Amino acid sequence: MTPAGADAGVDGGPSLTPPPSTGAEQPAAYEVLGLKEAEYLLIVEKLGREPNGVELAMFSLLWSEHCAYKHSRKLLRRLPTEGERVVMGPGENAGAVDVGGGHAVAFKVESHNHPSAVEPFEGAATGVGGILRDVFALGARPIAILDSLRFGELDSLRSRHLLDGAVRGIGHYGNSIGVPNVGGEIYFEAPYEHNCLVNAMCVGLAKRDEMVRAAAAGVGNAIVLMGASTGRDGIGGASVLASAELGEGDAAKRPTVQIGDPFEESKVLECCLELLGKGLLVSLQDLGAAGLTSSASEMASAGGVGIEIDVARVPLREADMEPFEIMVSESQERMLAVVEPDRVGEVIAVCEKWQTGAAEIGKVTDDGLVRVLRGAEVVGEMPVEALVDGCPLYDLEPAAPEEWIYGNRVTLGADVSAAETLLALLAAPSIASKRWAFEQYDSIVGSRTARRPESADAAVLAIPEADSAIAIAIDGNGRRVACDPYAGTVEAVLECAQNLACAGAEPLGLTNCLNFGNPEKPTPAWQLDRSVQGLADTCEALGVPVVGGNVSLYNEGPEGPIYPTPVVGMVGELPDAGGAAPSAFAAEGDAIALVGPFEPTLEGSELAKQRGELGPGLPQPDVAAVAAACAAVRDAVRGGALASAHDVSDGGLACALAECAIGSGLGCRVDLQHLRERGCTPEEALFGEGTGGFVVSGERERLEALAGDGVAVLYLGRVGGNTIEIAAGDRSLSLPLADAETAWGSSLGERLEASA
Amino acid sequence: MRWGIVQFPGSCDERDALRACGLAGGEARLIWHEEGELGDVDAVVVPGGFSYGDYLRAGAIARFSPAMEAVAEFAAAGGPVLGICNGFQVLCEAGLLPGALLVNEGMRFVCRQVDLLVDGPNSHDMGGKSAHRRLSIPAKHGEGRYWAPAEMLDALEANGQVAFRYAPGQNPNGSAREIAGVRNEAGNVLGLMPHPEHAVDELSGSTDGLRVFESVAGALA
Repeated sequence: MTPAGADAGVDGGPSLTPPPSTGAEQPAAYEVLGLKEAEYLLIVEKLGREPNGVELAMFSLLWSEHCAYKHSRKLLRRLPTEGERVVMGPGENAGAVDVGGGHAVAFKVESHNHPSAVEPFEGAATGVGGILRDVFALGARPIAILDSLRFGELDSLRSRHLLDGAVRGIGHYGNSIGVPNVGGEIYFEAPYEHNCLVNAMCVGLAKRDEMVRAAAAGVGNAIVLMGASTGRDGIGGASVLASAELGEGDAAKRPTVQIGDPFEESKVLECCLELLGKGLLVSLQDLGAAGLTSSASEMASAGGVGIEIDVARVPLREADMEPFEIMVSESQERMLAVVEPDRVGEVIAVCEKWQTGAAEIGKVTDDGLVRVLRGAEVVGEMPVEALVDGCPLYDLEPAAPEEWIYGNRVTLGADVSAAETLLALLAAPSIASKRWAFEQYDSIVGSRTARRPESADAAVLAIPEADSAIAIAIDGNGRRVACDPYAGTVEAVLECAQNLACAGAEPLGLTNCLNFGNPEKPTPAWQLDRSVQGLADTCEALGVPVVGGNVSLYNEGPEGPIYPTPVVGMVGELPDAGGAAPSAFAAEGDAIALVGPFEPTLEGSELAKQRGELGPGLPQPDVAAVAAACAAVRDAVRGGALASAHDVSDGGLACALAECAIGSGLGCRVDLQHLRERGCTPEEALFGEGTGGFVVSGERERLEALAGDGVAVLYLGRVGGNTIEIAAGDRSLSLPLADAETAWGSSLGERLEASA
Repeated sequence: MRWGIVQFPGSCDERDALRACGLAGGEARLIWHEEGELGDVDAVVVPGGFSYGDYLRAGAIARFSPAMEAVAEFAAAGGPVLGICNGFQVLCEAGLLPGALLVNEGMRFVCRQVDLLVDGPNSHDMGGKSAHRRLSIPAKHGEGRYWAPAEMLDALEANGQVAFRYAPGQNPNGSAREIAGVRNEAGNVLGLMPHPEHAVDELSGSTDGLRVFESVAGALA
């Protein structure tokens, strides 16, 4: 996994300015900066002396959880990272897979959770800015953004404030820079009340021969800093603070949140792509968490060289910045490039054309040191190896909790009729239409978007350069992962695969963002351990390589950890963007069938949540059977055999059917008797959740032809009419389509606008 | 037909406009904002985006660019100019089109497919030439609420300068009198908030946007 990132966090107190004197005994400087005593002693040992202030600041950032992955790196070694189509894997700014025609698709998902919890607009905006830079640092033009958001329940004023700000921020940055936001997901659960999650994924397209790596190379080559000038914003924000829990006094941490400028990024983006197109850069890296410190050190480490940086040559916003401030500033919209000395003039000319900054601030050396100069004065000198790889890696001490730790809240009685239950589920903010959010995003700029949000299970983008198309899905239901971290994570990967199958796409690669609580505590450690194992096993079984990702730990509030939330982003290819099946029914009279090994239960379901019946445990998914169903659906979509395809997810089969009906304006009449023969109760058949189910429609013979090779197909009924009629024994229901549409379509917007 | 598409720092939809012009017939090239000469072009498109970040006010800085000075001369000489979204805002700021575009009534950015009604009795004018009287085209903007004083709106309507209106119930931004696009008095400068360049092939869900480009091309005939 690449440690470069933009996740910043807040709280925990660490600050690079000493706390005001209280007369009491002061903590040591390294403690204030978040280092343990043993870690500090190790630094002294590696340097052979005490570090000075600049060095200590730099070590404290690179040895933070955020940069060093000290609690997760050992676990991440379990993930499969290789595959025939992998062009770049973990360790680069983003992963990339080959899509033919001399092109590659680069992608990565990253968190910006803690900044968004403190200042949602700027936190989310700079989260988008950071992930865009990761992708164009490879030489890929960003062609899509997706986002995965988690907030507390909508009846909380704080959650509405965070949601509103985050959506505005994501829209502000993405819209302004001209990259379409093509999909995503939003869940509302009480455990995210204090610590919301803002994960953003970017997908880019690159010519393979114009891609660059982040490794510095060529002793004597120049280091050029491009983009915005360097200020005091975000100092100490990212790394140290992303590595602590949220708590009291977060508001006072607002100055540590970075401020984004999408116009600057737009210029830097175009400038970098032009420079790479002209072959003027040896390597390129974005400045994310820990700013120049991490970018320079990681470039040097990857290239096995040293780097010398003169802070006196860094363009500043404020004249009196200290060397350590310049080295750790997290000012946004900056890139670091290695350039051959005789090409520096050409590089600066292109930067001038784009009206963006450029300064030669140092050079590549052969001594394996990161040397920080202020003019002629050496103000810091450390071995690259000690900075980047010297941090001790910790083993977790996982222990499963003895009981359900997240609580329960009853919002729906068990005596409610089946029709009213369906309405309550459709109106649940996590299930209801996200139109209120995605209409605030430009989803079409770039002329690639073949399926807009909520029109298909996956986003579909045309890639005419490679005479191809890609589909993208992002999923991760934290509630189910909380119930069973292993099975819940398996389900998240399978849901992505199912979403791609509905578009007719075959997975090429996967990225992930692991959002968990404090890994130094046994329960989050256990959740993380089991979840990574589920991710590894499923990727291995599906043959999908993990090409990059991000880890965000310490997501806790005073009430405890968030739901463990592995967010999985998957990219697949399909031959023809126009061939992706819509989610919604297509024509009156079409047959409806359920495909796949769907065995619903109420465990971990939205209904169990509303009834206050959540607890530990989920059925273990049959990955091979789901993979077989995915292949059957994918082939059928590609062959034009299906008029629609939609996976069964939150709210169960009844919600999936209702979504297909609402999207088309066509009702349906189905009987779940065949499903009940798998041993489910009427209620489980209607509202139970589980992996592996697809609702498909089309000609009955063509649907039934999907059966075979371990793939089950159950005929359910027909499309038509203006009601949703579902026969399920004593829980049969008939619901006017208009009522379902109102519940699903307007719940989110109404609740937010009413409170605005 | 040679199209020139002005590109500012912060433009977003210039490559989409380039593609659309090609699909509508003809050659298209980008004109960098620092170019004071448009060169050999038959029509100009001022595309969508956030020119110069739109930080002061949408379009307020772009109007001062050398390329826009050249566009003003081109328009004064009767050359056809199409402004889309940010381009419409720039043309209003430059005084080439009447009225102004304010922050959406809902105070939020809106991206949504809308139906436009082609307005105006003057079928020889740009935008009015189409046989398709109702166009399905996406709108996406945060500052698209068309505004002008009541007497100016009356005059625009009387002169046939209203080019497009949002279909009933589909006004996404609170524009005065449902106005989505206007033309200048001479009829050679047209601006609209929705994006015809994003409705030019079946994959994007509609090809109605081609009609707008074709009508601009047709204005030359």
